[in-house]
Amino acid sequence: MSGMVTIMDEEQLKLTLKRLSHELIENHYPFNDTCIIGIQPRGIAISDFITSYIMQINPGVKLNYGKLDITFYRDDFRNQLHAPGITELPFQIEHKKVILIDDVLYTGRTIRAAMDALLDHGRAQKVELCILVDRKYSRELPIQPDYVGKSIDSIITQKVKVIWEENEKRVILYDAK
Amino acid sequence: MRLSSKHLLGIRDLPKEDIQLILDTSIQFKEVLQRPIKKVPSLRDITIVNLFFENSTRTRISFELAEKRLSADTINFTSSGSSVSKGETLLDTVNNILSMKVDMVVMRHSATGAPHFLAQHIPAAIINAGDGINEHPTQALLDALSISEKLGGLQGKKVAIIGDIMHSRVAMSNMYLLKKMGAEVTIVGPPTLIPTYLKESFDVNITYNLQEALEWCDVANVLRIQLERQNQVLFSSLREYNRSFGITRKMLDELHKDILIMHPGPINRGVELDSDVADSKQSIILNQVENGVAVRMAVLYLLSGRKESST
Repeated sequence: MSGMVTIMDEEQLKLTLKRLSHELIENHYPFNDTCIIGIQPRGIAISDFITSYIMQINPGVKLNYGKLDITFYRDDFRNQLHAPGITELPFQIEHKKVILIDDVLYTGRTIRAAMDALLDHGRAQKVELCILVDRKYSRELPIQPDYVGKSIDSIITQKVKVIWEENEKRVILYDAK
Repeated sequence: MRLSSKHLLGIRDLPKEDIQLILDTSIQFKEVLQRPIKKVPSLRDITIVNLFFENSTRTRISFELAEKRLSADTINFTSSGSSVSKGETLLDTVNNILSMKVDMVVMRHSATGAPHFLAQHIPAAIINAGDGINEHPTQALLDALSISEKLGGLQGKKVAIIGDIMHSRVAMSNMYLLKKMGAEVTIVGPPTLIPTYLKESFDVNITYNLQEALEWCDVANVLRIQLERQNQVLFSSLREYNRSFGITRKMLDELHKDILIMHPGPINRGVELDSDVADSKQSIILNQVENGVAVRMAVLYLLSGRKESST
């Protein structure tokens, strides 16, 4: 990967995720009317960390935590078929506040699809967006995050990747060419 | 990630990876069908024609529902009441429909090879919903999904296919699919309804003894006697067929194990299956029908992704 830079190492990454968790706690504690939903596939590592951290520091809290697959709602699937992931929403979202979690916010098209997918499960009272990395000035739709881990400037030929392996956790920026 | 072919004409030419991909995708669509809103927008830019030159209840409704749940536009065509009775050829009929901008064709036809013929002459994606005595691929796929759901996979599972094998496209597609996915297959029926070359060409066992097959198998897939395709006397009467090859409650009770009972429908109660077998807990006939919609959604979804490359 040419021109690769690490924009968050493991320590920064975990600190940022903990900060995001605290922001969610600040606005939503005790999470009675709130659902946290990770977007398949790459939002799941982030949402897994955030939800387990929230429960770790608030042992009494019961979180409504689900996973949402948006494959069938994408607007680009004619160009590239994606393997569908699992949708798991073991609760009703009707009249609840929903926090969508994903790793990188770029064009906003994934979030558009996620909101469509979400609406098919019911009418949420409010939908918020929590993002680890926000690529500024690259939106193709009017979508903005409510909680941001890190904002970065990048150009269209670059890509951002969140690596979340057992022995390697970091966020990198590289040239896609 | 996509199917290796533009059409789904049969299981014969479908690689194992494609079968697995369709089954995996079906499971995700089953989840969609459990939701309050059982509809996704994937195919909202696709128009599909359902061409049924032969009677059908389950397959036609199942395809139609699958198309609607994917948000496709659909047109239904049945040969009765159409210009086919005025002498229009198959190719002319289809080309006329396609000139109205249709992207996919689902077809059932009494002539073996009709969808293969169409595939050579028209640009749209074709899904075979049963052609003559050749293949019925989506039925085999939904049977496979139903078996692997109940038994946790297909590898090494023992499946008996019972009945009118010679005239059954369901049996053909099932044999291709089960052998590809590593299951063991035994064919059961009267000698006059089982072509002897099957043993060699499919590497399946053949037996003329129903009891023996039931004792061996995990799953019994029971087929209908297709009187409409028989133009000679191949067994003396339905009553005699029932006595030799009809499955009764008593037979199942004597097995001392639970086997799954499957049937592609329509059932002739009292011929191949007694009512208390067809309606028992072991019977997964209605699960098959339920899975049919999910499997057809998966096939339509995976084939529709090729729209751009075809035009």
